Amino acid sequence: MTDAVQAEGLVKTFGRARALDGLDLRVAAGEVHGFLGPNGAGKSTTVRVLLGLMRADAGTARLLGGDPWRDATALHRRLAYVPGDVTLWPNLSGGEVIDLLGRLRGGLDERRRADLLDRFELDPKKRGRAYSKGNRQKVALVAAFASDAELLILDEPTSGLDPLMEEAFQECVREERRAGRTVLLSSHILSEVEALCDRVTIIRKGRTVETGTLAELRHLTRTSIRAELAGPPDGVPLPGAHDVRIDGDTISFEVETAELDAALRQLTEIGVRSLTSRPPTLEELFLRHYEDDHSGRALQEGGVS
Amino acid sequence: MTAVTLRPAARAARAGGGLAGAGTLLKMWLRRDRVMMPAWIYVLTALVASTVYSFKNGYDSPASLEGFARGIDRNPSMRALYGPVLNDHTAAGVSAWRVGATGAALTAVMCVLLVVRHTRAEEETGRLELVGAAAVGRRAPLTAALAAAVTAAATAASLAAIVMIVFGLPAAGSVAFGLSWFGTGLVFAGVAAVTAQLAETSRLANGLAFAALGAAYLLRGVADAGSAHWVAWLSPIGWAQRVRPHADEQWAVLLLPLLAFAVLAAAAYALAGRRDLGAGILAPSPGPARAAPSLRGPLALAWRLQRGTLLGWTTAFLVYGLAIGGVADGVGDLVNGSGAVLDDIRKMGGQHDVADAFLATAMGLMALFASAYAVQGVLRMRAEESGGRLEPVLATAVGRTRWALAGLAVTIAGTVVLLAVTGLAIGLVHGARSHDLAGQIPRQLGAALVQLPAVWVLAAVTALIFGVLPRAASAGWGVLAACLLLGQVGPLLKLPQAAMDASPFTHTPKLPGGGFEIAPVAGLTAVAIAVAAAALLAFRRRDIG
Repeated sequence: MTDAVQAEGLVKTFGRARALDGLDLRVAAGEVHGFLGPNGAGKSTTVRVLLGLMRADAGTARLLGGDPWRDATALHRRLAYVPGDVTLWPNLSGGEVIDLLGRLRGGLDERRRADLLDRFELDPKKRGRAYSKGNRQKVALVAAFASDAELLILDEPTSGLDPLMEEAFQECVREERRAGRTVLLSSHILSEVEALCDRVTIIRKGRTVETGTLAELRHLTRTSIRAELAGPPDGVPLPGAHDVRIDGDTISFEVETAELDAALRQLTEIGVRSLTSRPPTLEELFLRHYEDDHSGRALQEGGVS
Repeated sequence: MTAVTLRPAARAARAGGGLAGAGTLLKMWLRRDRVMMPAWIYVLTALVASTVYSFKNGYDSPASLEGFARGIDRNPSMRALYGPVLNDHTAAGVSAWRVGATGAALTAVMCVLLVVRHTRAEEETGRLELVGAAAVGRRAPLTAALAAAVTAAATAASLAAIVMIVFGLPAAGSVAFGLSWFGTGLVFAGVAAVTAQLAETSRLANGLAFAALGAAYLLRGVADAGSAHWVAWLSPIGWAQRVRPHADEQWAVLLLPLLAFAVLAAAAYALAGRRDLGAGILAPSPGPARAAPSLRGPLALAWRLQRGTLLGWTTAFLVYGLAIGGVADGVGDLVNGSGAVLDDIRKMGGQHDVADAFLATAMGLMALFASAYAVQGVLRMRAEESGGRLEPVLATAVGRTRWALAGLAVTIAGTVVLLAVTGLAIGLVHGARSHDLAGQIPRQLGAALVQLPAVWVLAAVTALIFGVLPRAASAGWGVLAACLLLGQVGPLLKLPQAAMDASPFTHTPKLPGGGFEIAPVAGLTAVAIAVAAAALLAFRRRDIG
């Protein structure tokens, strides 16, 4: 399977600040790839390098098999981009902006344009200055989804959308995937990433800290266990357990997935009355990387289904 | 204890009705205006001081002053521009004539800007919503904005009167002069208060108010140039003149602006009560649901974004051209009594025929104005970039060079339109007045177009700064200001030629009247092209954002 995006060791400095510090990103063709990181982690800078709007100081980047800087105009015919903070020309109507961006790229699917306006409940006759933040994002989303691009680069596209429109957005991304297109989705909204993405890359301070499928990422982290036991659990050895809390006969803790089996054996020695086990949510995965200060282990690539 | 301290405040809020908090807002507005307002007042005061000074000292005898004033009054174009000379015996009367109408109009501009800035602009940015959520009455913002404008107008008017008295002009006339400005300021503060309710954007609110001001000035001009003098009574600027400062003052006329202000302010409050926060009475017209087939490339986009601005500039250049063309043949009379003025004009223009010298100076000025348009046009590209609108365009199949060339092309074409319009207007009016249409039209058009290469150099230099140091792009204004200073002050200070040569405008042939040379024109064009090419190369290589 070929890669739609392939970036290795990207470095970008602004004065003394290092926005990107050896960032790796690989997006396989045909997948929806989540790109996660807190504000200032370097998501938008990465996207700008991939779009040829900025030149990296070091590292290599390939986009749809070309050089994002040298072949920018040719590559841009094959992709559509929604910026994180959509600003429109105050005097142009939303419909005009959609048509203009489509024509500048080289074409627009008319049927899909009409359908999307309907689904996003967007009034195309309003002027740019009259749209709210969410509606400006809808204009950019309609322009992007109505294109027949191979690759969609969406930079936090839903931060201003209400839950209904969020649902419409997710449906559109699923249609794109069914049509065989590749989506790079940078996002803050973890539930959205969990619902949509095949694989995820988590970055922090310009560096990749985790990448893989959600299942793989979960495998590397802790599971929450809460158990009511037959007797008090005092003195039970629990290798690999964290945040152990004991309240009478009840014990709760988090355990590394690799140690889960050993921990459960210890509990059954005492006798288990009830047990709840919960895999980590993406949010917990995410927060863990930003709470602990160790940089985490990057998963080996390759296990993509 | 608390009940005792709370009661007066509660009573005050009830008594103030919708006005609670207006005082706090006014203090806030005056603080925000602490640079803008003194700057305006300084310019207005300096205008009075310099005019009175030059008329008191520029003429050897009352007879020469009178001769000058009579000459002016015979020329309909001059009357249209400044109004009739109501008292040509004294420096006071001629001074009041010379700065009366322009100063009143400038006071009006100041008041319009202040009122719109503190009403519609605040609403547009959403700041007023924050303020409105605090304990502020519904009528407080408009009241505070009007109070700020009235404060500014009153200060400017008082200082103008004081300056005249300090120069030894009669006290009654000086006070009437100040009040005539104040009245005009009041009227247009009221006009702006109304347009701020009508329009949904501050741009449109300012535009409507300035259109009213332009109409007022035009009405007065038509009345003063022709024979239908009563028409001037329809114009607030006409009222200011008909107060007749230093020419047998008519105090009762001052009731007219007061009355107009009361009516306009009442209308504004009534309109404000009928609309929602953020909305305008005039609903904004919806745009088209589909883009016109022509809106399909970066050139069409650049044209779409600049055409409104260009239309405004073209109108101004057209009016200026018509006015300059109209007064050119009367310049001989204007400088009749003052040899020094004639010498100054010749020093700048270097011609022998006075009308030609005057027109060449005017053309040089137009070149500077056209450069201001060019700098603004190029900076539009920077505004697109910093506003985040360039990124999505460059993320399509549009290359950087193509986008930048489109922006430059529209700006360059705009400068050609502006100078061509001015040249044609001057040629038409001046030709008609000197009965030489066939000769003057091509002559003045050529003189205007020969200014272009220097203008292009300014555009290219601004583009180069944009290409290399985008954050410093507004330094293009600094380059223009330096050229302006060099051109205006350089000859008077007798600066060395090497210093003068730094400005591209120094190399433009002095037309009409001077000799045309191809070398400097070709040289300037070549420099502009080379600098623009360097700008494009730099823009291709740098980061966007």
